[in-house]
Amino acid sequence: MSENSRIIYMDNNATTMVAPEVLETMMPYFSDLYGNPSSMHNFGGQVGKVVDRAREQVAALLNASPDELIFTSCGTESDSTAILSALQAQPEKRHIVTTRVEHPAVKNLCESLDSLTGHKHRITQLPVESDGTIDLQRYEDSLTDETAIVSVMWANNETGVIFPIEKMVEIAKSHGVLFHTDAVQAVGKIPIDLDKVPVDFLSLSGHKLHAPKGVGVLYVRKRTPFVPFVIGGHQEHGRRGGTENVSSIIGLGKACEIAGRHIKTENTVVRTLRDKLESGLLKSIPKAILNGHKTMRLPNTSNVSFEYVEGEAILLHMDRFGICASSGSACTSGSLEPSHVLRAMGVPFTAAHGSIRFSLSVYNTEDEVDFILEKMPAIIANLREMSPFWKG
Amino acid sequence: MWEYTEKVKEHFLNPRNVGEIEDADGIGEVGSLACGDALTLYLKVGEDKKIIDAKFKTFGCASAIASSSALTEMVKGLSIEEASKITNEDIADYLGELPKEKMHCSVMGREALEAAIANYQGVILPMAQGEVVCECFGVTDIEIKRAVEESSLRTIEEVTNFTKAGGGCGKCEERIQELIDEVRKTAHPKPIPMGGPKRMTTVQKIKMIEDVFDREVRPTLKKDGGDIELIDVDGDFVIVALRGACVSCAKSQTTLKEYVEKKLREEVLDTLIVEESKV
Repeated sequence: MSENSRIIYMDNNATTMVAPEVLETMMPYFSDLYGNPSSMHNFGGQVGKVVDRAREQVAALLNASPDELIFTSCGTESDSTAILSALQAQPEKRHIVTTRVEHPAVKNLCESLDSLTGHKHRITQLPVESDGTIDLQRYEDSLTDETAIVSVMWANNETGVIFPIEKMVEIAKSHGVLFHTDAVQAVGKIPIDLDKVPVDFLSLSGHKLHAPKGVGVLYVRKRTPFVPFVIGGHQEHGRRGGTENVSSIIGLGKACEIAGRHIKTENTVVRTLRDKLESGLLKSIPKAILNGHKTMRLPNTSNVSFEYVEGEAILLHMDRFGICASSGSACTSGSLEPSHVLRAMGVPFTAAHGSIRFSLSVYNTEDEVDFILEKMPAIIANLREMSPFWKG
Repeated sequence: MWEYTEKVKEHFLNPRNVGEIEDADGIGEVGSLACGDALTLYLKVGEDKKIIDAKFKTFGCASAIASSSALTEMVKGLSIEEASKITNEDIADYLGELPKEKMHCSVMGREALEAAIANYQGVILPMAQGEVVCECFGVTDIEIKRAVEESSLRTIEEVTNFTKAGGGCGKCEERIQELIDEVRKTAHPKPIPMGGPKRMTTVQKIKMIEDVFDREVRPTLKKDGGDIELIDVDGDFVIVALRGACVSCAKSQTTLKEYVEKKLREEVLDTLIVEESKV
């Protein structure tokens, strides 16, 4: 629908551009250096060394040890592996504590466990406050001797709200419960130090931090019991079968190295752009509401509801100007109900259907923010003019 | 991303007839904010019972807005009689095509039109009198059964695409399946009429229905001390009142559906739905 070729990409929580340096690093492994890292010959073996180097680069970003990392195919595989491993390693425990705002990778897995495993599980989905934050007392009260694992996302993909993972891990540890965090949205956007925050499992995904799609990582802390999910060859020290996705792993390593350098930029330059966009929208458009905690939030994410208009219609008008974002409306969620995250926060229907998520990256510019601020008020006003609920 | 036809996009980006008509003769309001789409349709009717103007206000996605815009273009210049025959399929056809998950947008257009016409005629739509099956989206059994019949729906998923019923908590899925089974059991294989589907005016329907009542239905009911009266015909809905012994008969609903409706479908029009007057 776009009427011009200019693309303003503010949907980085959905996926990101592969950084040019990342692509460049990957290229030789599609052509000249196609060897299998498991091979005995040097032609393949040299590739194994580069995979090891990538593992070190990822470990450095997380302040973890390289041998605590398993390369997977995506964040979802990492999530499944962690949760199913915890359940298999402690067959006597059948309780999981999670939240109502988890990504489907965790939420739907937990909801399918009974039919998947043939065992009955108890799932506690902790509610959230209206600003998307969590009640720590309620969390602690939910932990029992039966609890196999806590699985709580580090930062929410829709609102960017950050959970106090450090405190939550501490509480889980004091009850002897394993802790998994889906950090797919957090890695590369906020500093993560696994030496200070002793989670047992952490999932990350390459394509959310300027590496390609199709590669992820599961961090498994040393001495945490582990049962593999993908069973096959001896790859990843027998913890994940299947020939390594070499070029993508190398790209992910490079992307993590760059992310480490950019983390300050994310929290200064990107945050400033996001704040300008957000305050501009809230100021210039009446009945616009910020979804999520004002400060405990990723520096790149802004989720704003425009009351009395519907998200898909807003997105398609934005699309004409090449502006890419997301919505939590029913029509875009692929179901007939708006986002489970916004509903868990108690965002009224009047606002949930008209929610738009802007997620920035270091590649966005102030010009782009200005362009969006110039276009959005008219788009919203135009749709409200059409809305039977708008009594402007 | 939805696959929209150029015509849908065009009507979405440049919707026709947006607004309200201050002295409208018929207003139809359907949907709600909670549902994620809502449409208010305004009709201005001339002395010759022709729709001289139509405007709309819509809250919803691109296909909801495009369906509303298309609907207003379609009804302008039609008589009330002609307009009342517009189906959701007609709206979808006008737009080229709608993604199947978006068919409920065209259904919403048709329902708004029916509501506006009923409002103009000062009658209450039979839809609202049905049993609410889907509480999440407030869809009645009458609406579901009609969609199943008219669009030959076979699965719960198709019913959800067309009516939204079952698209929320999913608790009503069993009931939807029952309704599908019910309709498909009673539905006759539709004969393919020459020159398109059978279309009858309301007057034609009334005459033929009265005729069937006189010839077949009344004599049968009278054997048991009962009687039947035709109250109204609204589109495919035949509103009747049961008299005499039928009033207190526990089996009167079965009689209406299994006997009266079946007879009318055989002899008049196979899409007719018989409803008992609540007055």
